[in-house]
Amino acid sequence: MRIKADTHLCVGSGQCVLTEPAVFDQDEDGIVALLTDHLDDQSAAQARHAVILCPSRALSILQE
Amino acid sequence: MTKNVADIGELTGLQLPVERGCPFDPPDAYERLREQAPINKIRLASGGEAWWVAGHEEARAVLVDGRFSSDKRKDGFPLFTLDAATLRQLRSQPPLMLGMDGAEHSAARRAVIGEFTVRRLAALRPRIQDIVDHFIDDMLATDQRPVDLVQALSLPVPSLVICELLGVPYTDHDFFQSRTTMMVSRTSLEERQRAFAELRAYIDDLITRKESEPGDDLLSRQIARQRQEGTLDHASLVSLAFLLLTAGHETTANMISLGVVGLLTHPEQLAAVKADPDRTPMAVEELLRYFTIADGVTSRLATEDVQIGGVGIKAGEGIIVSMLSANWDPAAFVDPGELDVERGARHHLAFGFGPHQCLGQNLARMELQIVFDTLFRRIPTLGLAAPAEDLPFKTDAVIYGVHELPVTW
Repeated sequence: MRIKADTHLCVGSGQCVLTEPAVFDQDEDGIVALLTDHLDDQSAAQARHAVILCPSRALSILQE
Repeated sequence: MTKNVADIGELTGLQLPVERGCPFDPPDAYERLREQAPINKIRLASGGEAWWVAGHEEARAVLVDGRFSSDKRKDGFPLFTLDAATLRQLRSQPPLMLGMDGAEHSAARRAVIGEFTVRRLAALRPRIQDIVDHFIDDMLATDQRPVDLVQALSLPVPSLVICELLGVPYTDHDFFQSRTTMMVSRTSLEERQRAFAELRAYIDDLITRKESEPGDDLLSRQIARQRQEGTLDHASLVSLAFLLLTAGHETTANMISLGVVGLLTHPEQLAAVKADPDRTPMAVEELLRYFTIADGVTSRLATEDVQIGGVGIKAGEGIIVSMLSANWDPAAFVDPGELDVERGARHHLAFGFGPHQCLGQNLARMELQIVFDTLFRRIPTLGLAAPAEDLPFKTDAVIYGVHELPVTW
């Protein structure tokens, strides 16, 4: 699974970092940064949850 | 299909907060209205009409949609105390971040969100633990029983934390706590306006002092950042400080008190948390969902015609999103009336949703986690000193809570 983060839409709520810190990080200004865009099965489940929780819909799943 | 407002008959003449039948449950009308439709039209006490968003999915859809404005100064915005004086006052002040839209909101939020990253907050954890331990030390040192937990712990912890973060002298806490409480209570309009003006004047002085003598704090860093960009804007800094100081202590304080009440009145849930502190973060989410203390603060105004949740909302119409109703929507939370710390409630809307979602949510989460863990570990026999249903709940305040919480051990 691959994931995309739109840094223009991001509002820095940090929900993704709380959900899956192995995949998501925040830069100094609080904006989402992907640590990897190729996810193993365990991270993929958590990342899907982060997509649902993201308050600005900045995260999307590119391919299953 | 648009519902005819005359057919609704519920929440007619709405004034928030709506009185709760049971202190732990949403008002009865919420459930009836949600069962009727996820979005209904209602009549406000001010005479106008607005859409009432009751469903979880629909609440998320509205709050993330940029076609709905947060600007309370606009004509038609669903205000609960819509009188000429309030509107004049609103229009004379620079907007708080809460009342901005689009690019203006995004720029204001991005200027400060770096202060609230998960990493920055994790660095504050040891200091917050010290603060919590300090106030619990004081509780344990007194022979007095019962102790009012609101004054002993719930208010001082978030107040001291936000003071240190912002660089506000904690010695002034009585002043800003009392003014904030007055602003969110349904006192007279004159009292609310006086509290607002006094607090704004206090913060104005504080920002002026920091402009000449900066410290190592969030507000001083904002001043430096604006200076560097050549855009020092005193009024906007006052608005930012006002928002962070008031939102930063009152809400968390109420949630600490209600969270303790929620756990003490559900001993099996408390036992589960005590047995495994790894459950505390999940318990905090469930308590946030269950109480949803800031209900109805998320109103919007449609700037275009929008089809959403089966209704057609027209440009210029007001929308009230009830986060309490959404958080008790059985479509999103099975048996919502059950407090279940293990349900996995992260998708609750207690902090809102969309670009305005609470800036300080992760700070609040950490404070709540540390307080609950530490309080029940250090005072394991803690109990209520009055029946829960007799507690003085804040039935008339915009932010729900208890005025006093007598506890003993």
